[in-house]
Amino acid sequence: MRRRLTLIAAAATLGLTLAGCGGAADKPAESAAPPAEATGKVGVFTWWADGSEKVGLDALTAVFTKDYPKLTFDNLAVAGGAGSQAKSVLAAQLKAGNPPDSFQAHAGAELQDYIDAEQLEDLSSFYTDNKLTEQFPKDLVDRLTVGGKIYSVPSNIHRANVVWANVEVLKKAGLDPTKPAENLEGWFADMDKIKATGKTPLSVAGSWTQVQLFENILLSSLGVDGYNGLWDGKTDWKGADVTKAIDAYKKALSYTNTDRDSLSDWAPATQLVQDGAAAYNVMGDWAEAKFAQDGDKAGVDYTYFPTPGTAGVFDFLADSFTLPVGAPNPDGAKAWLTTVGSAEGQSAFNKAKGSIPANITAKTDDFSEYQKSAIKDFSQDKIVSSLAHGAAVPVAWLNDLSTAVSKFGGDGNVAGLQDSAAAIAAKFAQ
Amino acid sequence: MATSILERTSSGGTAAGAPNQTKRRINRTLKYALLLLFVIMILIPAYVLFITSFKGSSDADPSRAWLLPETWETAGWAKAWTTLAPALGRTFLLVIPAAIISATLGSINGYVLSKWRFPGANIVFTLILFGMFIPYQAVMIPLTQLMSNIGVPQGIPSLMLLHIVYGLPICTLIFRNYYESVPSELIEAARMDGAGIMRTYTSVIFPVSAPGFVVVLIWQFTSAWNDYLFAAFFSSGRNGPVTIALSFLAGGQLTDYAASMAGALIASVPTLIVYILLGKYFVGGLMSGSVKG
Amino acid sequence: MFRRVKHWGPGLLLLAPTIILVGVFVYWLIFENFRVSLTNQHTAKPSNKYVGFENYTNLLADPNFQHSLWNLLILTVVFLSGTLIFGFLWAWILDKPAKGEGFFRAVYLFPMSVSFIASGVVWRWLLSSLQTDQPGGERTTGLNRLLDSVGLGFMQNDWWSNPTWGIAAIAVPAIWQLSGYVMALFLAGFRGIPEELREAARIDGCSEWKLYRYVIFPQLNPVMLSAVIIIGHMSLKLFDLIRAIVPDANTYDVQVPATMMWVKYIGSDYADAAAIGMILLVLVAIVVIPYLMYTSRAEKR
Repeated sequence: MRRRLTLIAAAATLGLTLAGCGGAADKPAESAAPPAEATGKVGVFTWWADGSEKVGLDALTAVFTKDYPKLTFDNLAVAGGAGSQAKSVLAAQLKAGNPPDSFQAHAGAELQDYIDAEQLEDLSSFYTDNKLTEQFPKDLVDRLTVGGKIYSVPSNIHRANVVWANVEVLKKAGLDPTKPAENLEGWFADMDKIKATGKTPLSVAGSWTQVQLFENILLSSLGVDGYNGLWDGKTDWKGADVTKAIDAYKKALSYTNTDRDSLSDWAPATQLVQDGAAAYNVMGDWAEAKFAQDGDKAGVDYTYFPTPGTAGVFDFLADSFTLPVGAPNPDGAKAWLTTVGSAEGQSAFNKAKGSIPANITAKTDDFSEYQKSAIKDFSQDKIVSSLAHGAAVPVAWLNDLSTAVSKFGGDGNVAGLQDSAAAIAAKFAQ
Repeated sequence: MATSILERTSSGGTAAGAPNQTKRRINRTLKYALLLLFVIMILIPAYVLFITSFKGSSDADPSRAWLLPETWETAGWAKAWTTLAPALGRTFLLVIPAAIISATLGSINGYVLSKWRFPGANIVFTLILFGMFIPYQAVMIPLTQLMSNIGVPQGIPSLMLLHIVYGLPICTLIFRNYYESVPSELIEAARMDGAGIMRTYTSVIFPVSAPGFVVVLIWQFTSAWNDYLFAAFFSSGRNGPVTIALSFLAGGQLTDYAASMAGALIASVPTLIVYILLGKYFVGGLMSGSVKG
Repeated sequence: MFRRVKHWGPGLLLLAPTIILVGVFVYWLIFENFRVSLTNQHTAKPSNKYVGFENYTNLLADPNFQHSLWNLLILTVVFLSGTLIFGFLWAWILDKPAKGEGFFRAVYLFPMSVSFIASGVVWRWLLSSLQTDQPGGERTTGLNRLLDSVGLGFMQNDWWSNPTWGIAAIAVPAIWQLSGYVMALFLAGFRGIPEELREAARIDGCSEWKLYRYVIFPQLNPVMLSAVIIIGHMSLKLFDLIRAIVPDANTYDVQVPATMMWVKYIGSDYADAAAIGMILLVLVAIVVIPYLMYTSRAEKR
């Protein structure tokens, strides 16, 4: 009944005014009560609604409710389309001046959009208060800092240039699972052997996983400087080396499952490797959590290695949490961010999610073999920003490029992809 | 208009004698064979929905995809029900008031536009009618802004307002066409007795409006129930209607086909019941979509 | 004068809420949308710079948008012809008295009562693109599996995973869903033809074909027009079904303006999204306005 009344009230005001309150932008986020005293509900928005990602979130909330028994965690997770559904819902809520208390966003260019739209509170003082700056790697803090301010608390670091392989399938094709190929040519030769056994050499799913594969091939083929140059204009998209990279991507696609566009998200593609229907899957290391969750053993059932040609490079993305302007419970949100940034919270969360903690003081003794290797790699590898996950370029750029990559999946027109990628880069470079 | 639309008006048929019994029998067999073939074609998706919803993980073998489940499992149904139940409740809460309010407004509009016409009534009617055809994409961007400015919360309240507003054109149309068939003498008589516009409505028009209301209510109920576009822009999984909940269930990371197909069946039950019980009126609503009825 | 106002005043007053609501939610919003489409609001950051028709010219020159228009054309043609053929065929068969007629009618119409989102769940499965003779073909499900197991394996295809004709596969479920509706329209049309007319033609010695050609078809023209308008404008707006069948909104093969608008909206490109909305509106208006004028004139006669 109350809903009805609200509605009638709303309808009544409709004729009177169309102005009214927009984004509640003037509401101060700083408030007197320290997070420990906060009460009420904390609504946290993520796209971790399913599977291993949900398990990770559950682990984090368990720590949160232990740290802050007076607060209740309100899970606002939205499923579907690798976060695209979630992002649209979030965009609408932010636009409506009706934000959650905290929401998930990829660190880097994606965060930039929200900052530009003045939808995020500055968390710099939160960092100083909690001495967070020294607890995160400098590389990461640099990528989070915009105009001297920090707007989000990273929860985890993922690597996007990892190949996951089915040991059994490799052995049947006469390949040694412990000796992955060193470069793309060698890898394609291996795939030919797998193809001969009748298995799908490389599994991939819908649009964004294809972009991720494309990014891996670009990185492998162009090297770190060449890859980084694509986003800051130092690499010419029309150059011969890019043509060669796109040719390699075309070759890689020819080894993939033909029903790639029908697979709803990354998990079905990884599942193909788990089921022994496919040999390799290029996937971010959230796949590790899926293998673990399904009881697969590293080295026995599956193995992993950096995408051939990218050893020594860490293709990075990080999830982070924000404090939106106008959050209904800013104190509760800060309590949440405190847990997110804490060593304990990061240990629990990352262990379940397959990623590595952003907080370098977090305990990782009981992490999986893969995670330990990733932690080591992150500390010594060259770090580049992921394209597919909004770390390298703004969302609009990524969207346009995704369309071009999706188109390429159908027509295989190398010059076409190269031209449109160049045009898109030119459009956004200014 | 609505009730009799598909009823045979004459019992005619091929009148001439029986020139060739066998030829007619062949024709008849052929006709039923065709009709049955089409029935099978139409029911294929329903069959798949039904069998897949009862399959468990042991039944995942693709080569058995079209066969009945080896063991009938209800895990998919259980998962679908727990996921969709809250959204189902919300959808009823949304759809029923929306249908009643827009039908009431539509009835009054139809009455004015057919029996109490004012200069320019036809133009106004056509302008209202155009609202039925517009692609909502053409208003969506400012609409999100407008809804936030007037402060209607996301989810059911927003959707209710939208279904009422954008349902007005068709409700008005159906009632206007319906009231055209009410003799104007009745109105005149009431007027002679000194009844005003509202009293004429309540005493003369409203009592004969039942068939119109049934058609409109069914139409609004089904179209609001089945809406996805508004739901996608103005709600999310936790405050949205069943179409959104279903799209999340079916669009998860690893599509659980048993659960999503069970969910599709669950989400379709209310409109199917309406269709089965009130099929004739349902068709009446469909017909009025064609403007002239 | 006062008497006349007194006569129609109350009516106008009763209609006022609707006039205001439709005025605001339809016409004012269309105007606002048009205004946004003329700005450079391409990111989440508020920006109101007037750029004229630049967004429109850019969109129309964009090969991806052209492709989405091409897709829309194919979708509309296939969707329309499919529903008209099946709808007419069913109505024609069921028009003659037959046992169980009501049952068949009910079955043919039932898909209409289901939402595109619900039917999309099963059609996503039915239209899986994997084929039995491809690598990994043992995973084949859906229609391709059915075709293979009934010996029609050669008919397997990619369905919607094809940049040129993929969109036609999306029309298949749309036809499944709406042929019954067109049938109902045609049945009403058939029944509107006076029996005397048919009798007279028969007595004149008209053959069955000529009866249809010269008597029945001309009588069905208005129905046919209604069907074309309704299905045509549904096709222009089709969004739910594509979203339900194709996992990623940004899939080039089946991109139509309605889905492209969604992608732009998610990417916070509000100006382009608004411009696409306007283009859709113009397309719909081209179809619908003449029709509304035609019907309102026909009514006056």
